[in-house]
Amino acid sequence: MELLDPTSEQMPEGRQPLPRLSKIDGAVIGLLDISKPRGNIFLDRIEVLLNEQGAITKRFRKPTFTRVAPDVLRQEIAGSCDAVLEALAD
Amino acid sequence: MTEITLVVKQGCETCTLIEPIMGQIAEHFKLQVICQDTPDFPKDLPVEFDASLEQSYRLRIEVVPTLIIRKDGVEASRIFGWDVAAWEALLGIQFRSDLPKFRPGCGSKTHDPGMQERLAAQFSGHLLSARRLNFENVDEIEIGFDQGWSDGLPVVPPTAERVMRMLAGTLRQPDEIIGIVPPDFAPCSIEKIAINAVLAGCRPEYLPVVIAAVEAVLEDQFCMHGLLATTYFSGPMVMVNGPISRAIGMNSGGNALGQGNRANATIGRALQLIIRNVGGGRPGGVDRAALGNPGKYTFCFSEDETNSYWESLAVEKGFSSEVSTVTVFAADGMQGLVDQKSRDPESLCRSFAAGLRVIGHPKMVQGSDAFLVVSPEHERIFRDAQWSKQQVKDRLLTLLMIPGEELIQGAGGITEGLPEKLRDAVLCKFREGGLNIVRAGGRAGLFSAIIAGWGASGSTGSVPVTRQIQS
Repeated sequence: MELLDPTSEQMPEGRQPLPRLSKIDGAVIGLLDISKPRGNIFLDRIEVLLNEQGAITKRFRKPTFTRVAPDVLRQEIAGSCDAVLEALAD
Repeated sequence: MTEITLVVKQGCETCTLIEPIMGQIAEHFKLQVICQDTPDFPKDLPVEFDASLEQSYRLRIEVVPTLIIRKDGVEASRIFGWDVAAWEALLGIQFRSDLPKFRPGCGSKTHDPGMQERLAAQFSGHLLSARRLNFENVDEIEIGFDQGWSDGLPVVPPTAERVMRMLAGTLRQPDEIIGIVPPDFAPCSIEKIAINAVLAGCRPEYLPVVIAAVEAVLEDQFCMHGLLATTYFSGPMVMVNGPISRAIGMNSGGNALGQGNRANATIGRALQLIIRNVGGGRPGGVDRAALGNPGKYTFCFSEDETNSYWESLAVEKGFSSEVSTVTVFAADGMQGLVDQKSRDPESLCRSFAAGLRVIGHPKMVQGSDAFLVVSPEHERIFRDAQWSKQQVKDRLLTLLMIPGEELIQGAGGITEGLPEKLRDAVLCKFREGGLNIVRAGGRAGLFSAIIAGWGASGSTGSVPVTRQIQS
């Protein structure tokens, strides 16, 4: 579907990413395991590295990698974390 | 050199009726036959099949058959339908006598429902210069939310067809820049207004009102930038006067300030969406309102001028009652004013004054302007006593002269207030020109309404602006 842009077109097309965190020390970082094999091992290592730099980490897990995260999970992450890291790989 | 173009369709009985004389025309002139619905009609002549209807659209065909005569490449005349005398006079040919003398034509396929907009988008799309965005595998209503174009309610997807249809509501050119929209100070074209009018759900005939409203809020004295950025409640209210309000079916009667009328709802919404999308003014961004008000979704109504004893607001401002205007006002929400007992102007004015006294804060003076929306039943009390609108206004302003001792800090046990040095002053609640009266509402109900304005009025803030609506 093709639509005409109703804005002043001062922003580039597409959704812009949120600004990066200015510091890791003290930030609450969610670690989302999407339930692919060995994602937990990857996140365990990331968690150690983040904790060493002062981050507070919270672990989350999707019920299945085949579907998008349930609303409740997304809302929980959005409501409690400053940023989230998602482990994608097998 | 004379050339003839004949536009026909086989599905038209008049076109099939005159098929036998087409060859006769071709014997005398260079004849181009364009057929809208089949490549095989007429049978005995070369035919250009206008499957896309591009030729018919560009020739602005409304009826078939249409006969166009060009001399040296320039259109000299055209006729449509079948009128033997007219055709013979125009072409100088004697046609066979067994044909009926007159038959009306049929509608051109270019005027089938929805076709004009489709063809305009296809063949006049070059008139549109807005960036085109492509989306795949998404719900069309969700796009508006995802892109941040929405005020929180669904928006109509602005396709080229819909925008071309909207632009048909004005004679102004799509690329005309009408002003610079705050807070981003972005140039605003007629096309951008039309796109946002589509988002808002407007009909094309509302577009001139939306354009005039945008022009009005962009006037320096309206102070749109400050109104958007303020922590105060206010947003732009649109009030329409004149014949267009009735022509497009605006509601000035029962529930005039409420929901349910498309014109009222979408004109006010379109203005807000233009500030949001073209200007970049968004809540939490430059819009710093502490609470805002529900009118920031949309706030638009018209004055009831039918059988009114009073002259309309536009006439008060010097416009003829025959022209249409918009008035924009930096408005909060509305406050109801109930008086079911007063039957004389003095008593009712005292009720109105008591309500007007407290807007913003009972001790705020010379701050907010106000619109007093007087219902027909309340207006009747003034009509019966032959009080003009100006008389009502004069009386209210007299009643709203307030002793400084009631307004100073600490008075009434309230820390808010004016400096102590004004204790002996007598101050009017409103700045000069700050109180406006209009008539609207249902036939039953001794209720009027106060629409208070932004605490910063006049030269320090916003002044209501009235502008004539152009077609």
